[in-house]
Amino acid sequence: MRAVTLTRSLSEVWCEAEAVRKSYPNSFSDQIVADIYGNAEQITKQVLSNKGSNRSSIDQKIDNLVTSKWLGYPLMLLLLVCVFWITIEGANIPSGYLSTWLFAFQDQLTLWFQWIGAPAWLHGVLVLGVYRTAAWVVAVMLPPMAIFFPLFTLLEDSGYLPRIAFNLDHIFKKAKACGKQSLTMCMGFGCNAAGVTACRIIDSPRERLIAILTNNFVPCNGRFPTLIAITSIFIGSAIASYSGLINAVVISGMILLGVGVTLLVSWLLSTTILKGEPSSLILELPSYRRPKFGAVIYRSMIDRTLFVLRRSLIVAAPAGAVIWILANLYIGEQSILFTMAHALNPLGKLIGLDGIILMAFILGLPANEIVLPILIMSYLSTGALQDFGSLDELRNILVLNGWTWLTAINVMLFSLLHWPCATTLLTTYKETGSKKWTFVSFLIPTVIAFTACFILTQVVHLLGLL
Amino acid sequence: MNLSMEQKRVLWQDRFGISLADGQIGVALAGNPNVGKSTIFNALTGLHQHTGNWPGKTVDNAQGGFQYQQKSFVLVDLPGTYSLLAHTVEEQIARDFLCFACPDVTVIVLDATCLERNLNLALQVFEITPKVVVCLNLMDEAQKKRLMIDVPSLERRLGVPVVATAARQGVGLTELQEKILQVASGTLQTNPHQVVYSSEVEKAVKHLLPMVGSLANNALSPRWLALRLLDGDSSLLDSLSNYLGVDQDWEGAQCAQSR
Repeated sequence: MRAVTLTRSLSEVWCEAEAVRKSYPNSFSDQIVADIYGNAEQITKQVLSNKGSNRSSIDQKIDNLVTSKWLGYPLMLLLLVCVFWITIEGANIPSGYLSTWLFAFQDQLTLWFQWIGAPAWLHGVLVLGVYRTAAWVVAVMLPPMAIFFPLFTLLEDSGYLPRIAFNLDHIFKKAKACGKQSLTMCMGFGCNAAGVTACRIIDSPRERLIAILTNNFVPCNGRFPTLIAITSIFIGSAIASYSGLINAVVISGMILLGVGVTLLVSWLLSTTILKGEPSSLILELPSYRRPKFGAVIYRSMIDRTLFVLRRSLIVAAPAGAVIWILANLYIGEQSILFTMAHALNPLGKLIGLDGIILMAFILGLPANEIVLPILIMSYLSTGALQDFGSLDELRNILVLNGWTWLTAINVMLFSLLHWPCATTLLTTYKETGSKKWTFVSFLIPTVIAFTACFILTQVVHLLGLL
Repeated sequence: MNLSMEQKRVLWQDRFGISLADGQIGVALAGNPNVGKSTIFNALTGLHQHTGNWPGKTVDNAQGGFQYQQKSFVLVDLPGTYSLLAHTVEEQIARDFLCFACPDVTVIVLDATCLERNLNLALQVFEITPKVVVCLNLMDEAQKKRLMIDVPSLERRLGVPVVATAARQGVGLTELQEKILQVASGTLQTNPHQVVYSSEVEKAVKHLLPMVGSLANNALSPRWLALRLLDGDSSLLDSLSNYLGVDQDWEGAQCAQSR
C-alpha cells in the first residue's frame, strides 16, 4: 500500500473534529445513534404488520419463569441434577457391556500373541499397556460423554444458556466480575481451552483476565468422566438404593463447588491484583428455538464426543505403553513406577491421596482424560490384582490399594481444582500473551487444590470420622 | 478502493488471515449476534462451524468457500455485532474488515423477528459499502409469531436486494447465492438507503467534509469518515494509519492544550 502525502495530518483533523464536538452542547454520537434508530424505526413501521396475538408472549412467560427471583435458581439446580442423573443412569449399562466386550477381546489378543509366538515384552507393551489403557478410556469415558454432550447441546440450542448468564449476573457482579463469565464457563464444560478462547466475548481486559484465570474450575469433558466414574463406583454404590440420584447430586455439588471457587477467586483477584469495578452486562435473551435433533446429534457426537475420545486415545495409548514399561523396568529391587510413586507418597498422603494418584495427575498434564486410566494401570501393574473384566471390580482394586470414601472425595476435589491441562495453558499463553499470567493460571488452581484436600483430610482425621 | 487482485490477496492474507485465491469472490457475512450467521455460513460452505443459540460464539473471522454457477466464493463469517461504532473488539473487527478488506459483496443477516433493531446495523453497513445483499433470516419464526414483513416493499426502501430465508430449513439459500453473484458481478445495481441525520449533525458533517476528503486515499466515503470523527471514534484513525499507511506519525488521539 502506498503512503499518501496529506495536506493535513490525522492529528490536525482529529483536533479540528474535537473542537466541533465541543462546540455542540449535546453529544454528537448520541444524536447519530438516535438518528440511525429513527431511520430504522421508520422503515420498520412501513413494512411490518403484526397479525394476531402479542408477539413472543410464550417466550415472555417462559422467561418470567426461568429468570424469576424465586424459581430461577431452583430450576437451574433441578436441571443440573437431572442432566447428571440421566447421564449416570444411562451410562451404567453400556459401560458394563463395553468393558465386558473390550476385555474379552483383550484375552483374544493375548491368545493371538501366544499363537504367533510374540515375546512377552511385546505382549506387555502392546496388549497390557496400549490396548488395556485404550480400552479403559473407551469403557469409562464414551458412555457418559455420548449422553451428556447431546443433553448439553440441547440446552445450548434451545436458548437456555443466556438465561443462566442472566440469572448469575448479579452474583458475578458481587464478585466484581462480568456476567458473561458464566457463558465462558459453560464453554469450559466442553473444554477449558475453548472456554479460555471464549473469554474474548468479555470486553474489559480486567474481567477477561479474571475469566481466563478461573475457567479451569469448571470441569471439562476430560475430567467429567473421572468425576462420574469415581462417584458411581465409590460414593453412590455405598448406598444401594437411589444410587443414581445420589451420584447426580454429588456431581452437581462438585459443579457448584467449582462455581463457588470461581466466584471466590474472581472476588479475591478483583480486590487484590486486578482491582476494578464490574462493567454492566448487556445480554440479549434470544428467542427459544426448537433444537434441530439431527444437528444436535451430529455436533455432540462428531464435534464433541468423538473429538474428545480421539484426543484422549492419542494421548492414552502411548501413555499406556510408557506406564507398562515404567512398571516393568527395575532399578535394583523396585520398578521405576514404584520408585516414583514411593517418592510422591508422603506428599500424597498429606492431602489424603497417595503417591500413585499424585503421579497420575502429574502424568495427566497433557490431557486430563488419561488420569483415571493411568491410575488404574498403575495399580494393576503393582500387582494387587492382575486380571478382571468388569467395572464393578474396579472398586475392589481401589479398596485393595487403600482407598476410602475420603480418598474418593479428595481425588474428585483435586481433579476439579488442580492445574489446567497443557492445551489450556498454551491457549492461556496465546490469549494473554504473557508468561506471568499463564504461570498465575497454573499457580492459583494448584495452590487451591492442595489446600482444599489438605484441610479436608486433616479435619476428617481430627474429628475422627475415619 | 481499487485494489488489484494481487494486492487484495496479500491484504486479506496478511491483515485478516484469510486466503483468497485468484479470481475468487470475497463475501463478508455480517449481522447481529445470534441471527443465524453461522448457520448460513455452514449451509453455504458445508463446513461445521460451531453454532448455538447464544450470542457471542463467533469471536474471530472464520472462512469457508462455496461454488455457484462456476464461480468460486470465499465466505467470511464476521463476529456478530449490534453496530459498527467500534465500542467493542467484535465491532472493531467487523468494521475494519468491511472498511479495509473491501469485500466484493457484504451479506447482512437480519433476524426477521426483531427487524427494527437489526436494521440499525444494516443502515450502518450501507454507509460503508453499496455492494450489499440483505438476508432476512428466521422467516419461519417470524411466521410463527405472526409477523408479516412486506419483503418487496422493504427491498424498495432499502435499495438493495432482500432475500427471505429460513436457513435452518435450508429455505432461500439458492436465491441468496444468486443475488450475491448478481451484486458481485454488477448485473444488479444497488442504491442503499442513506440515513438522514438531523440538521445539526448534517451541518457539522459539512464543516468537516473538506478536511477529510483526501484523508482516506479515497478508500472510504468522506461523509462516513466525518460522521465517525463526530462520534469521537479515534480507533478508526488508528485503523486508517494501520491499514492504509496514512500519516505514520499518528500516535493516537491527543490534542494540544491550546485548543
